[in-house]
Amino acid sequence: MHDIAQAATNFIDLNTANIIYLFLVGFVGGLVSGFIGSGGAFVLTPGMMSLGVPGLVAVASNMCHKFPKALVGALKRAKYGQVDVKLGIVLGISAEAGVLYGAHVQENIKKAFGDAGSNLYVSVAFVVVLAVVGIFVLRDAWKTYKSGTQHEEEKITKLARWVQSIHIPGTMVYFKSLNARVSVLFTLPLGFATGMLAATIAVGGFVGVPSMIYVLGAPSLMASATELVIAFVMGLGGSLKYALHGLVDIRLAMIILGGSLFGIQLGAIGTTYVKPFMIKVVMGVIMVIVLFSRGLMVPVYLSQLGLIQTLSDSTVKMLKTTSFAIMIFALALGAFIVLKAMWQGRQAEKLAAQESLVHSKA
Amino acid sequence: MASLDQKIKKKPFGASILFGVVSIGLYITLLANQDILNGNFAKGGLFAFLPIITAFIFSYVHGNFTGHFWTVLGVEASKKKREVK
Repeated sequence: MHDIAQAATNFIDLNTANIIYLFLVGFVGGLVSGFIGSGGAFVLTPGMMSLGVPGLVAVASNMCHKFPKALVGALKRAKYGQVDVKLGIVLGISAEAGVLYGAHVQENIKKAFGDAGSNLYVSVAFVVVLAVVGIFVLRDAWKTYKSGTQHEEEKITKLARWVQSIHIPGTMVYFKSLNARVSVLFTLPLGFATGMLAATIAVGGFVGVPSMIYVLGAPSLMASATELVIAFVMGLGGSLKYALHGLVDIRLAMIILGGSLFGIQLGAIGTTYVKPFMIKVVMGVIMVIVLFSRGLMVPVYLSQLGLIQTLSDSTVKMLKTTSFAIMIFALALGAFIVLKAMWQGRQAEKLAAQESLVHSKA
Repeated sequence: MASLDQKIKKKPFGASILFGVVSIGLYITLLANQDILNGNFAKGGLFAFLPIITAFIFSYVHGNFTGHFWTVLGVEASKKKREVK
């Protein structure tokens, strides 16, 4: 109970500026989530911490906003026929196991190496995952764009074709987004990795969405929509776990939710106006920019652990500020791309409607 | 022109105002009673369900409000991808 009493006294005082800031960051995070199925979380947690919220309370409150946001987003995108509920739940169950294991690893690292060690672990995970997956996704989007096939139907990868061809008796399940039966022996590790990443860097979707696309062969739009189901399952389980320890600051969670529900609806609507490869563009761009943001913090934690020469306070402050600014920029850029694509799509539709009206009158 | 009129959906002004008012009410209640709420919600154990249930209530009310909000503003899905059953 000691940590509960401590946490209760660590709920920050809220003022108007904090509330507006959290609402706006929530909105942008929700917009990006509604579009690519994830994101926003990695800005919200440090965003809350920059207001003085203790790390664990920030993560817990973020989780408590994540599952209702994901629920609303999933329901909206289900209306457009983009959600594979069965795949989401199947992946969600192993993701939940991944979250619990990932949280356990985090706790052990924190006990052994303290806050600096824990932060270094998180940052290294960020850098490795974002570099590998982000560059891969962006390269794929670039190849599609250069080949001029962005208007054609997506082709599934050789890997996904192989995965769909494997038949293991007693483990096969049909998923509508894949239009194929796939063994759960493939979905189990993918879901588990998604959950582990969520527990580590708060964004499981950076593994979840690409794995659905490239390993299982789901179309980009359905992968990003189905990720919202996984996020709901993980968020609900994670929130309950943190709430049992009294770590959720319901005010922060609901204020962020206030903004993110506006954003997620808009992001979901946005997906109906864009070509599927735009999902990869937005996802890849955000991942690569955040890679730099997190990369800047690695020397800070190395210095705190005494693994490199101690950095001066002014250097540390500069690195932290730049890192945070780059992160905000990544999200803002993602949001801008989504809104621009939506705007262009709507304008094109209006123009086409006007032209057909003129034709029909003639 | 009758068929065109039928095709123009009525905007959900009533629903958005109703959900908007309830949503604002929820937020005012939340912020006006911060200390009591956080005091109870952070107790752990069975009290853990309080923030979860609160989140579901907010998501229902505010989720409906935000959905209707965009519809009233005319921001809707592409006609090519309208709702499928």
